[in-house]
Amino acid sequence: MASEGDRRAGPEVAARSSKIIGLGAGGARGVAIALASTVVVFVALGVAITHAPGWHEVRTTFFNWSQFRSTLPEISRAFLLNVKIFCIAEVLILVVALFIAVIRSLPGPVFFPLRALAIAYADFFRGVPTILVIAILGFGAPALGLKSVPTSTTFWGIVALVLVYTAYVSEVYRAGIESVHPSQEAAARSLGLTRWQATRHVILPQAVRRVIPPLLNDFIGLQKDTALVGVLGAIEAFNQSQIDVDATFNFTPYLAAAFLFVAITIPLARFTDWLIIRDRRKRQAGALA
Amino acid sequence: MRAALIALIACLGAVAATTSAVAVARPLANCPTLHAGQLTIGTDNPAYPPWYGGTPPPGSPWKVSDPRSGEGYESAVAYAVATRLGIKSTDVVWKYVPFERSFAPGPKSFDFDINQISYTAARAKVVSFSSSYYDVNQSVVVLDGTPISKVKTLAGLRKFKLGAQLGTTSYAYIQSKIKPSTQANVYQQNASAIEALKDKQIAGLVVDLPTAFYVTSAQVSHSKVLGQFPAPTGGEHFGMVFAKGNPLVSCVNTALAKLKANGTLKLLQQVWLAKATGAPVLK
Repeated sequence: MASEGDRRAGPEVAARSSKIIGLGAGGARGVAIALASTVVVFVALGVAITHAPGWHEVRTTFFNWSQFRSTLPEISRAFLLNVKIFCIAEVLILVVALFIAVIRSLPGPVFFPLRALAIAYADFFRGVPTILVIAILGFGAPALGLKSVPTSTTFWGIVALVLVYTAYVSEVYRAGIESVHPSQEAAARSLGLTRWQATRHVILPQAVRRVIPPLLNDFIGLQKDTALVGVLGAIEAFNQSQIDVDATFNFTPYLAAAFLFVAITIPLARFTDWLIIRDRRKRQAGALA
Repeated sequence: MRAALIALIACLGAVAATTSAVAVARPLANCPTLHAGQLTIGTDNPAYPPWYGGTPPPGSPWKVSDPRSGEGYESAVAYAVATRLGIKSTDVVWKYVPFERSFAPGPKSFDFDINQISYTAARAKVVSFSSSYYDVNQSVVVLDGTPISKVKTLAGLRKFKLGAQLGTTSYAYIQSKIKPSTQANVYQQNASAIEALKDKQIAGLVVDLPTAFYVTSAQVSHSKVLGQFPAPTGGEHFGMVFAKGNPLVSCVNTALAKLKANGTLKLLQQVWLAKATGAPVLK
């Protein structure tokens, strides 16, 4: 629904912001139709599911409230490891990916080897499934038996996630850098800025601002993928829920883990939507002025 | 030696079949199987010794061992039970059933699943278990020459990082009995747990005793079974897993009781699990 601020900004913006949740722009009638059709669809689904022959079995094995309540605390504790992995990985990814994106945007034949490396890196790590990178690094690197190489599963889980997500995020940055018109750099250089100064003070600020929504999108993906680190054996939320499932043969702990992931990704998703709208409004305001 | 024992078991089976022909020829009407005349048995893939044996033929979907070989303890027990139910060994069908599918709600794709699954009261609320076909003890495998390899007591294990396979009662044992000061790790697969032990990501791997001897003899060189743990009160046993309320359970239980009474189970344990004795008990 459109907020008070949206309405002041004009009907077009209000309609756009209502698109966040996909209500459409049909006014009060549209809202009524959307509500009615939502109610019909959900009631029909609910009836179909609860009248399925296996519903009783599904309800006791997937929706067991006492099981949910008794396992949520320990899964929450394990979830702290997911949050830790996510926070450390996110900071590293933001820095390393920007570095790689800048390298890939370097012009001139001298920098070809660096550009080629950056391309090869992005191609490789976007192509290999995350879970394989985690398993190969997490079990392979410590197997070298080097004293200086840590054996910690969390460490290798973070390294693998950083490698994979940096490849994605560097592409996002690159798209941002390339979206800044070349005349901007030309103008900056004509004012006497060096190439580095132009990049740092003219290109990057514009580029990064434009790609904040897709960046956050990747971070929502990263939050979920912290569960993959579980293959290395550390007790994170997914492994803990699996332990609880296997102990009782009751699948409800999976729902508890899913609940925790959703509880942190939904706020981030809404925040992303809000940023997109705010950015669009700002740019439109700028165009009018 | 082993070949002779297998031959002996075959003879025993034949004798049992001829002497109690009435029992074996019992009509299967009381023991309905998924597909009439067939017994569909589930287990995980790869199937590991000493529970499964034999070499999978080229192109076989089974890895490491071949459940269809009749070799290995669980395979041998499954065929002995099938014979008791009056089902020819050629009518036994093996199906790949990952551990979590064995207890997932909904119709089952197998008559029973035999995959080193321990009976617990909580699990028995969701599926039906057969009676015990093996009373199991947990044990810990360590690398030779590491600090943990000098430990002699259960309490001595407390300060080491331990690991276990997901879904096993081994992990529950670590948490409830050993109570280590550092959080133990869990692994989705046997192979991952083995790799973690080799990499020293964990100091000790807690597994059931027969598996422990397979790990030390075939999977990890320079490793040893540090010891076995005293059984929890009431003991721990492996049971075959059935869909909750499957009437076939009582048929299989009758068969198992007979196999226990006539010494077949004990004999099969001597053939396939002989190594799994003689580890010191950690108290």
